[in-house]
Amino acid sequence: MKDLIEIRWHGRGGQGAKTASLLLADAAFNTGKYIQGFPEYGPERMGAPITAYNRISTNPITIHTNIYEPDYVVVVDDTLLESVDVTSGLKEDGAIVINTTKSADYLRNVLKGYNGAIYTIDAKKISEEALGRYFPNTPMLAAIVKVSNVMTDEALLEDMKGSFKHKFAKKPEVIDGNMKALEIALKEVKKI
Amino acid sequence: MSIRERLSGNEAAATAMKQINPDVVAAFPITPSTEIPQYFSTFVDNGVVDTEFVAVESEHSAMSACIGAEAAGARAMTATSANGLSLMWEMIYIASSLRLPIVLSLVNRAVSGPLNIHCDHSDAMGVRDAGWIMLFSENNQEAYDNLLMAHRIAENENVQLPLMVCQDGFITSHSIENIQLEEDEEVKKFVGTYKPKHYLLNDKEPIAVGPLDLQGFLFEHKAQQAEAMKNAKDVILKVSEDFEKWTGRHYGLFEEYMLEDAEIAIVCINSTAGTTKFVIDNLRKQGVKAGLLKLRVFRPFPSTEIAKALSHLKAVAVLDRADSLNAIGGALYSDITSSMYTENVHVPMVNYVYGLGGRDTKSTDIESVFNDLQEIVKTNKVENPYRYLGLRKEEK
Repeated sequence: MKDLIEIRWHGRGGQGAKTASLLLADAAFNTGKYIQGFPEYGPERMGAPITAYNRISTNPITIHTNIYEPDYVVVVDDTLLESVDVTSGLKEDGAIVINTTKSADYLRNVLKGYNGAIYTIDAKKISEEALGRYFPNTPMLAAIVKVSNVMTDEALLEDMKGSFKHKFAKKPEVIDGNMKALEIALKEVKKI
Repeated sequence: MSIRERLSGNEAAATAMKQINPDVVAAFPITPSTEIPQYFSTFVDNGVVDTEFVAVESEHSAMSACIGAEAAGARAMTATSANGLSLMWEMIYIASSLRLPIVLSLVNRAVSGPLNIHCDHSDAMGVRDAGWIMLFSENNQEAYDNLLMAHRIAENENVQLPLMVCQDGFITSHSIENIQLEEDEEVKKFVGTYKPKHYLLNDKEPIAVGPLDLQGFLFEHKAQQAEAMKNAKDVILKVSEDFEKWTGRHYGLFEEYMLEDAEIAIVCINSTAGTTKFVIDNLRKQGVKAGLLKLRVFRPFPSTEIAKALSHLKAVAVLDRADSLNAIGGALYSDITSSMYTENVHVPMVNYVYGLGGRDTKSTDIESVFNDLQEIVKTNKVENPYRYLGLRKEEK
C-alpha cells in the first residue's frame, strides 16, 4: 500500500455510501492506520447524488480538502455514470469500482477513455442473496478493500464482524447476512 | 495513558463535555453543531453524566440559562453555530460583563444571508469584541484538547471570562479522524472542581448580579474586563504547560510550522492550517522556504508575540474565512497589520478572503498564495492587498 490512499465514493442519498465510507475508515483505523472519512454535505434528500471521501495513510493526515485526484473511485449506483463525471481526476494507476451489470463496452464508453482499471460487482444480486434486501454498501465496502488492498480480506472480515455485532446489537439476525455479503463480494469483484 | 480513537469533531467535543461533566448544559440544536447537544443528551439519558440538561426553545434562552446557572455558582456549557450565536448576541455580552466563565463550543458556519449551512468564520468574527476568550482548533484533537483546558482558563480568578472553542463546521465537525483521548479520571483531575468566589446561591454572602451600572461605574467595570482579557494570556500559557506535562501535546498562543527559517508565510486559523502544512511539506521538498503561523488564541490577541514571530519574513499572507465587507480587509488581517505597526515591524503583507459559505479551499489554492508571495518578494510590490482566494470569476 502507498503511504496515502485517497478514495472518492459516488452514490445516491439513502444507499449508504456515506456509511460505507465511515465503515471503511473504521476498519482501516483498526488496522493501525491514520484515517479520514467525510461526506460532502449538500441539500440532502433520498436519491440525490452524494459524494463521500476517505483518506487512509501510514502517517498523520493534515490536509482538509475534498479529494480531487483520487486513487480509487467507488460508484454505488450505475445510473450516476451518465450524469456525474465519476472519473474526474482519477489516477490512471488507480481504479474505479462500479456496482453494475452493464457490459464492458458500455462502461468503457461511458467512462470516456479512462485508461485505468475498471472493476465491477453486482452488489444488488449479492445483497439480495445474502440479506434478502438491497443494501449495496456492504458489498461495495468489500469490493473497494479487495481492489485497493488497504487491508487483507481476513482483517476486514474480522473487523466487520465486531462492527456489525455492535451496530446490529438489537437485530442480531442480520449480522450473518452482512458477513455473507462481504464474503461473496470479496470473491465476486472482477476486473473487466 | 492516552486512548487511540477515531471520532468526528462533534463527537470529540461531546466527549470532552462528557468527561468534564458540567453542572448544566443548555442548548438548542443548529447545523452543524446539532450533534454536540444530541450526543450529550444521550449521555444524560444513559446516566453517564449527572448534568442538568436544559432543552431550551432558542439560543437566546440557551445562553440565558447558562448565565443563570453560572451566576448561581454552577459550571455551564453550551454549543451552537452561526445564526444560533447571532440569536445569543445580547446575552453573549451579558455573560462576559457579569464575568461568568461559561464555555461554548462554536462549530463555525456562515451567518445568513444568503442562507447557507457550511463553514466560514463570520459567526466567530461577529462576536470578536464581545469579551469572550476565543480559541481556534485545526482538527478534532485540538477541539477536544481546547475544551479540556477551557474551564481552567476561564475560571481562573484573574480571568473569570467566558470562553469559546471554535472548529470548522462539517470540515472537521463531520470528519472522522484519529484522535488521542485521555482517561475520564485524569480529565476530572485536570479540570478540577469549580469553586466560584462569589455566587448567588451562597446564603452566607448575599450578592446582586447584573444591577444597573451607570456613569459612575460602568467604565471601570469595562476596564476590569479588558484587564481580565490581558491576564488571560499568561493563564492560557500556564494551563497549556500543565496540559503538555499531562498529555505530551504542546499548545501555545499560536503554532509556528516551519516558520523559523521561512522567507514567506501564511497566517490562518482552523482546518485550513492543516491544508497549509500539507502544501508547505511539498514546497519545502522543492526548496521553497514557506512557513505557517496558525493562530490558536484569537482573543486575547497575542499582538507582540505575532509581530515578533513574523518579523524576519519577506512577505506574509493573512487568510480570513470571513469578509468584513469594510473595503479594508478581514478581521484577522486588521489585527495582524495593526500589531505589526504598533511593534514597528514592516513586512509586505496581503490579505485573502477565502472559503466563504463552505467553498472548498484546495491545496492548489494555498499553493497559489505562496506563488503570489514569491512574486511579492521578487518585485517588492504589493498591489491590491485585499484579495479573494477561490472566488469564481464572472464568465465573459
